[in-house]
Amino acid sequence: MAYLSVKEVSKSFGGLTAVGGVSFEVEKGQVVSIIGPNGAGKTTIFNLLTGVYEIDSGTVTFDGKPIHNKPVQDIVGAGIARTFQNIRLFPKMRVLENVLVGMDRKMGYGLLSSVFRTPKFKKAEQEFTQRAIEILGSIGLGDEIHNYAENLPYGAKRKLEIARAMATGAKILLLDEPAAGMNPQESVELMDFISSLKNQGYTLILIEHDMSVVMKISDKIYVIDHGVKIAEGKPAEIANNEAVIRAYLGGSAKDVKSQ
Amino acid sequence: MKKDWLFLMESMLFKHRLLIWGLVAAVVLTLPFWGLSLFVMRTIIMIGVFAMLALGLNLLTGYTSQVSLGHAGFFAIGAYTSAVLMMRFDVHFLVGMLAGAALAGLFGLVLGIPTLRLSGSYLTIVTMGFGEIIRLIIMTWTPVTNGTLGLMSIPRPRFFGTELNLNNHGFYYLMVALVFLVALFCHHLLNSKVGRSFRAIGEDEVAASMMGLQTTELKVLAFVLSAFITGVAGVFYAPLMGFIDHNTFTFDVSILILSIVIVGGMGTLRGMFLGSAILIVFPEMSRFLMDWRFVVYGLLLILMMRFRPNGLLGWQSRLPYPIRGKKKEVKGHGISKRQRSF
Amino acid sequence: MFIQQLVNGLALGMVYALIAVGFSLVFGILRLVNFSHAAIFAFGAHVALFFIGLEVGPIPAILISMVLTGGVGILIDKVALAPLRKKKSIPIAGLITTIGVSYILQNILTIVFGSGRVHFPAIIPPGGFDFLGTRITSMQILMFGVSLTLMLLLTYLVNHTKMGLAMRAMQQNPKAARLMGINVNSVIMFTFFLAGATASIAGGLISGFYQMAYPAMGVSFGPKVFSATVLGGIGSMPGAFVGGILIGVIEVMAAMFLGSAYRDGAAFVVLILVLILRPQGLFGRKLALKV
Repeated sequence: MAYLSVKEVSKSFGGLTAVGGVSFEVEKGQVVSIIGPNGAGKTTIFNLLTGVYEIDSGTVTFDGKPIHNKPVQDIVGAGIARTFQNIRLFPKMRVLENVLVGMDRKMGYGLLSSVFRTPKFKKAEQEFTQRAIEILGSIGLGDEIHNYAENLPYGAKRKLEIARAMATGAKILLLDEPAAGMNPQESVELMDFISSLKNQGYTLILIEHDMSVVMKISDKIYVIDHGVKIAEGKPAEIANNEAVIRAYLGGSAKDVKSQ
Repeated sequence: MKKDWLFLMESMLFKHRLLIWGLVAAVVLTLPFWGLSLFVMRTIIMIGVFAMLALGLNLLTGYTSQVSLGHAGFFAIGAYTSAVLMMRFDVHFLVGMLAGAALAGLFGLVLGIPTLRLSGSYLTIVTMGFGEIIRLIIMTWTPVTNGTLGLMSIPRPRFFGTELNLNNHGFYYLMVALVFLVALFCHHLLNSKVGRSFRAIGEDEVAASMMGLQTTELKVLAFVLSAFITGVAGVFYAPLMGFIDHNTFTFDVSILILSIVIVGGMGTLRGMFLGSAILIVFPEMSRFLMDWRFVVYGLLLILMMRFRPNGLLGWQSRLPYPIRGKKKEVKGHGISKRQRSF
Repeated sequence: MFIQQLVNGLALGMVYALIAVGFSLVFGILRLVNFSHAAIFAFGAHVALFFIGLEVGPIPAILISMVLTGGVGILIDKVALAPLRKKKSIPIAGLITTIGVSYILQNILTIVFGSGRVHFPAIIPPGGFDFLGTRITSMQILMFGVSLTLMLLLTYLVNHTKMGLAMRAMQQNPKAARLMGINVNSVIMFTFFLAGATASIAGGLISGFYQMAYPAMGVSFGPKVFSATVLGGIGSMPGAFVGGILIGVIEVMAAMFLGSAYRDGAAFVVLILVLILRPQGLFGRKLALKV
């Protein structure tokens, strides 16, 4: 069985079907992209995977265990973390603190330890702060750890969201339009970073509009339109798939190839 | 570009922190011997009481962004519980304190569990009703609370055979000790993962839950701790006044506590002291202010929200984040220069 | 006796419903829990009282109060709330501001009228009729009739007029409504006027019924109205209607069966039960989270 397996998942809001029987599979260590026009239901799929919405029917299994309709906290605990399309950092907290919040579950000391400043508290704080600094360094935010999240430029905010998701100890990262609003150079850096995450053993699911990013780093692509899957395959297959070109790009195959 | 006076000030304060804390301690500990009138000393004790109340509400409002309009209720529970226990069963003040604060915390738990699963506005609606209900209970549960007549001649705390009162400055030192403990508790709590998670919830509850935080449980925790501290303040307040009734714990008290938190600066500890000092002292300054003080409290809430939501002492520190295990010193700007939010 | 109390409860509950509708309308459009609504209700009662003192007669006094209080509603929004929306302030800024407004209104009333209970004259001559052994007073008929009429009027307005359409559109999706060319500001102004005007009439009716008014009326009736709204489902008009009536009836029943001390506690107990059992209320929908 695949690492993450989504079977016939459906979700409707007040009679309007947002996701209708979508299935896909993600193997360990893969980079999988979900693409499709605006409003196709991509972010809804992320919301279903992470437990923000309950699914109406279908199953989601991760590492052999069903995770659908579990509380969001349990899904994070199982090893799935995400970023948000419309950046949702903790703006008035420091960059470092944002990452430390992601590690909260694992810090393993309690209320009394904090109040009485026990050795356990000190050790955990020291250890996890170091780890947070390492994560931030690896994503290129090493110089910004003391800054406040709201002061960061746009691209850095997106990076911080990824760092925060990594900090939860996730095995799968769901990145919702990570390249949105980035300039071409930042996009290239981001791609390199995503490749390095893959090398570190992370499994990634991407929602992305930037085709140059999607085509280069994806192992597999799923195309969603009007809440249903219309195609799947390797980047080269998707680029030549007539259904995709008609539904999603609304143009000829040449437009895609030229990207 | 603005000169970074804030960074200069903060690093100065940080460099001389031992000296400053030493001076503060010296002033606080010797204050009764400065020949201040009893009226002034009493006002200072009131500032301490309301600083404690504000520290309590701040845990909830300043950190998790939940607004309570019923803290007068927890204040009353602390005061009545200990006063009744001391009067009827002759228990020691400290036992009364434990009981009063615990009961206030318990009420917080019972109220918080159904309410805090939901969005923030519900807590405000429920607590507004709660404050009135507690007053109603005080008025009608006559066998215990003595009804509308109130409790009179509440015994003063005794330690080692000595009764604490205003004249021997026992109340003052007891207040100092309690405020110190509460402030230290808050400081330690908030500079830990608990405080971080509170703030994360306050800033973006959905994102916080997606980081794996048990947001409902944490909000309930904040509410219970907040009620507990408010209960402690109530326990101290009852013997200080000597007399309490249902009119001691009106909606006005809840609003006053909220105003102190907002004026001082939500999410800061220092602000609670300044806010309390300002709002306790200023009605004493003139007859006119006394009559209009409630209007002024309301006005302050509106003006602060509009022009300075961070409160008077709420600023983002320019010092680097204190990383545990590193030597404490200030080197250069912690915060990079190009992004100044002020 | 039971029927008698039921009639009392229905008359009171209908007025609660009228207050709850205004509260719900503002919430629907701005997603804002307007804590000043209860104080606006008290304000309306006192403005009416003031004009009654000028001997214009109770009904004209209430009508003048309606216009003035509606205006105050608009003023509150323009001065205190609109700037926060423009600045995109943190969500609790709006909440705290309405608490501040409520407190200012209440205490201005205290300064002008004193904090005690003031006599409020009967709005209509005493009278009524007996029906199956139950005395129904003319005041109760007036409360019931006026509140019901106003609520039907509001329902018509929201469902069948252009302004109502704009209000519903904003309730669904404020951003899209703006893009569709809806004048968001005038819709908000109109809503605050409606809320203020209806609260003020309710203030006149309640004061006329108890024949008194006092500045802290908002604090005593506020929790009941908020409970009614939550019971019905915040943001729902039929919810406000049913919630108001239920709270009114429950309140008088609690007073009858458990003793008058339980009168004011009943609404609170209902509120807690609703939050445990059905937090979205009887007619409310679960709000879909936007992520």
